Amino acid sequence: MSESDQATQQPKDFGFDTDALALKDVAEKFFQDNLPTHKLHGLVAEDSDLRNGSACRWDKDLWQQVVDLGWLMVAVPERAGGMGMSAVAVAVLAEQAGRAALPGPLVPTLSASYILDACGTDNADAALSLICEGNAFSYAASNQSGSWEHDASELVLEDNKLTGALHFVQDAQKVDYFLVNAKRDGEPTLVVVPANLDGLTVVPNTIIDLTRDQARLQFDQVAIEDKQIVSAPGQALNALQDATPALLTLICSDICGAAEWQLQTTAEYARTRKQFDRNLGFFQAVKHPLADFMVAIDLARSQLYNAACSIDYEPELAEQYARMAKSAANDAASFGSKKSVQLHGGIGFTWESFVHIYLKRQLHSQTLWGDAAYQRQKLAALILQGN
Amino acid sequence: MSENAKRDTPEQQEFRQYCRDWLASNVPPPPDFKPLRSGAELATEEHLTYYSAWQKAAYDAGLVGCDYPVEYGGGGRTRCQSVANQEMLRARTPIMPGAIGLGMAAPTIYFHGSEDLKRQLLPKLLSGEELWCQGFSEPGAGSDLASVQTFAERKGDKWVINGHKVWTSTAQFATWMILLARTEKSDKYNGLTYFVVPIKSELGKSVTVRPLIKITGETGFNEELFDDLEVDDAYRLDEVGKGWQVAMTTLAHERGAGPLTAPTSGGQGIEVKRETGIGEYPLLKLARKCTRNGKPAIEDPVISDKVMSMLVRQVGIKQHRRMRSVGGLADQQRLALQDKLLATEYQQDAAAVALEIEGPAGTLSNFDEQAPDQGKWPLAYLSSFGGTIAAGTSEIQRNILGERVLGLDKSK
Repeated sequence: MSESDQATQQPKDFGFDTDALALKDVAEKFFQDNLPTHKLHGLVAEDSDLRNGSACRWDKDLWQQVVDLGWLMVAVPERAGGMGMSAVAVAVLAEQAGRAALPGPLVPTLSASYILDACGTDNADAALSLICEGNAFSYAASNQSGSWEHDASELVLEDNKLTGALHFVQDAQKVDYFLVNAKRDGEPTLVVVPANLDGLTVVPNTIIDLTRDQARLQFDQVAIEDKQIVSAPGQALNALQDATPALLTLICSDICGAAEWQLQTTAEYARTRKQFDRNLGFFQAVKHPLADFMVAIDLARSQLYNAACSIDYEPELAEQYARMAKSAANDAASFGSKKSVQLHGGIGFTWESFVHIYLKRQLHSQTLWGDAAYQRQKLAALILQGN
Repeated sequence: MSENAKRDTPEQQEFRQYCRDWLASNVPPPPDFKPLRSGAELATEEHLTYYSAWQKAAYDAGLVGCDYPVEYGGGGRTRCQSVANQEMLRARTPIMPGAIGLGMAAPTIYFHGSEDLKRQLLPKLLSGEELWCQGFSEPGAGSDLASVQTFAERKGDKWVINGHKVWTSTAQFATWMILLARTEKSDKYNGLTYFVVPIKSELGKSVTVRPLIKITGETGFNEELFDDLEVDDAYRLDEVGKGWQVAMTTLAHERGAGPLTAPTSGGQGIEVKRETGIGEYPLLKLARKCTRNGKPAIEDPVISDKVMSMLVRQVGIKQHRRMRSVGGLADQQRLALQDKLLATEYQQDAAAVALEIEGPAGTLSNFDEQAPDQGKWPLAYLSSFGGTIAAGTSEIQRNILGERVLGLDKSK
C-alpha cells in the first residue's frame, strides 16, 4: 500500500511461489528422514583423531539420492536442460541441506551452476548439461593466502596448459569436475576440468570441519582443449561479478539452516536438562541468549531471502543485499555457535555430543567468501562508490 | 490498485471508496504547532482541542469504531477498521488523541464489560469526547505487573480504592481510567480485579494527578494517587478475581495481537518520501559530515564497520517485517513476538553509534545551535530507553520469546 512498497521492483513475498515452498517442505522432510543427527554423527564423527582431518566422510548412496531428486540442477536454466528455479527456491533447498549439515558438494555445485550460467557461452551450457547429468562441480579460484577476490588466482593458462596451484577448494575429493579460474595473459579465464585429469593432483587439507573436505589443486602442465574454456574472452570477471550474489546467498543459506539446528537442539537441551532442581531454560542466563540467537537467525534469514529475491528481480542491488546477508548470517552463527556449545555445559565439550559438528561446520562456512567484517568493508565500498 | 485493496471483500471495497471520498475533502489543515506522532504525546489544551475535533469528525463520518456494533456507537461493519486505518494513513491525517481508549480500553470493555457499561461508555470513547488512561503500573509493580498493591475494598455495592499508579500517559486529560486493583491480598494472580474508574470528576477530591518528568526533561506521563476513591460495583469488568485475565485482553490489544483492530490515524506532517537510497541512511550521512582525525568519520575503518553493522540491522528489520507476509515460510508468531525487541534495541544502538560518530559534538543538546543534526541524537539516545523499558522491557520480551516460542520454563 505504501509508496515504499511500490518503489521496489521486488515482489513483496520474495517471489515464494508454491514450487519454492514445496521444495522447502520436500527437502526438510527428506533430510529429516534420511540424515537424522545421530546418523550424521555416525557418518562423520566416528574417528576423533584430528590428524585424519583430510578424510572424506560422506554417504555416497545418500548423495546419489540427492542427485536423483534433481537438486543439482535446480539453478541450471531451462535452456541448458535444468529446472531454472528461482533463487529463493534454491536458497531454501540449501538452507535445509545446511540444517542437516549434509556432507556433499551441493552448495559447491549450485554455486558453479550460477557462474556457468553467467558465462553464457555454448561451452558453459555444455558444462551445465554435465550438472544436469548428475555431475558435481566445485569452483576453484583462491590463492595461498585465501583471497576471495575474483582476480586472485595464481593458476596460469598458457598454450592451453594449466600450471600452478589453487587453494581452499571445497569438497574437492567429492566432485567430478572443477571450474577453475586461471590467468591467460594476465586475464582471468574460466576452465572446466575433470577431477581425474592427468597432471592434476588433489592435495587434501587437514581440516577441522568434519562435514566437508577441502584441498589444494596442483596443476602440472595439464593440457586442456578450447571447448573446456567456458568464459568468453575478457568476460570472466563480469560473469563472476554477476554470480557473486548467488555465491554469497548459497553459503548464507547453509549457515542459516545450520543455525536453526543449533537453536532447536540447544533449546531442547534447555527444556530437559535439570540443574538446581530446574530445567536450564528457567534461568535467564540461558533463556535470553537463546532468544537473542533466534532473533539473529530470523534477521539473517530475512536478509537471505531479500538477497535471493534481488538476484531475480533487482540484480543491480543484489551484491549489496548479499553482502548484508552474509554479514548478518556470520554474526548469527558466531554468536549462536558459541552459545550452543556453552549452554550444553560439560557435555558440549565432548566429542560424543552433536553440537561440535555444527560448530565446526559454521566456523568453516563463516570464512567462505569472506567473514562479516569483510562483507561490511565491501558493502561500504559499494555504497560510497555508488554516491 | 494497492496491495491491500486487491484483497478487499465487497463490503471493504465499498467502504474503502467511501473513506477515500470523505477524506478527499475532510482532512483538516495542519496545526500551528509541530504535529504529534502519537496520542501519548498530548501535552497542551491546544493539542487537545485540535486532535479531539479531528477524532470527532472522523467518528461522525464512520471511520472510527467501524467494527463495533451500532448499539455501542460503532459502525456495525465487518473488518472495516483496518480499511479506514489504511486510508487515513494514506491521506496523512492527524493522530487521534484517544489512542489508549481506542486501542486498549475499548476492546477490554467490549469483551469483559456489562451490557450497560458498553452502552454507556463506548460511544463517547469512540468519538473522543471522553479520553481514557491506563492505570496498571505502580512504583512496586512494573515488569511484575501482577504484584500491584492499589487496593479496592468492598463496601456494600461500592468499592473504596486507595493506591498509587505511575507512567500514565494523558491522565491529565482523561475522563476515565482502566484500573487493575488488588481485591485479595493472599492470592497474587487471582486476587486482582479490573475496574473502570472516573478520574476527571474526582480531581482535587479523592484523585490527584501529577506530571512525571522524563529522562529528557520533558513531561509526558503522570502519576495518580487514590485516596478513598469510591466507585460503584457496576464499574467492575468481569468477575472479582478475574482482573489478571482481563488485563491480558488489554495487553494483547496493546501489542496489536488482539481480535479487534484499533482505530488508528496518522501520517500528518511526516514527509512523503519514496524509498530513499541507502546513501541517505542517517548514520551514513552523519559519518560523512562529522570529522575524526582530520578526515570524514566514515573513512575511519572502525566507524565505517559500525555504521555498516547498523545499516545491515536496519535493512534486516524491514526484511523481517516483509517475511511476515509470506505464509508457509516461517512461524508467524515467532516473528511477531520479536518486533518490539528488534525495533527498540535498534533505535537505542543506532543512537549510541551516532553519538560515537559525533564525538565531542555529541555532548551538545538540541538547545545548542552548534549541535549536529539539530542535537537529535543525544535526545534520541535518552528517549530510546522509553522504547526498551515501556510496554514490557527488553528483558521481558526475551522471556516471552524463550517461553512462548522455544518452550522454556517460565522464569516468573
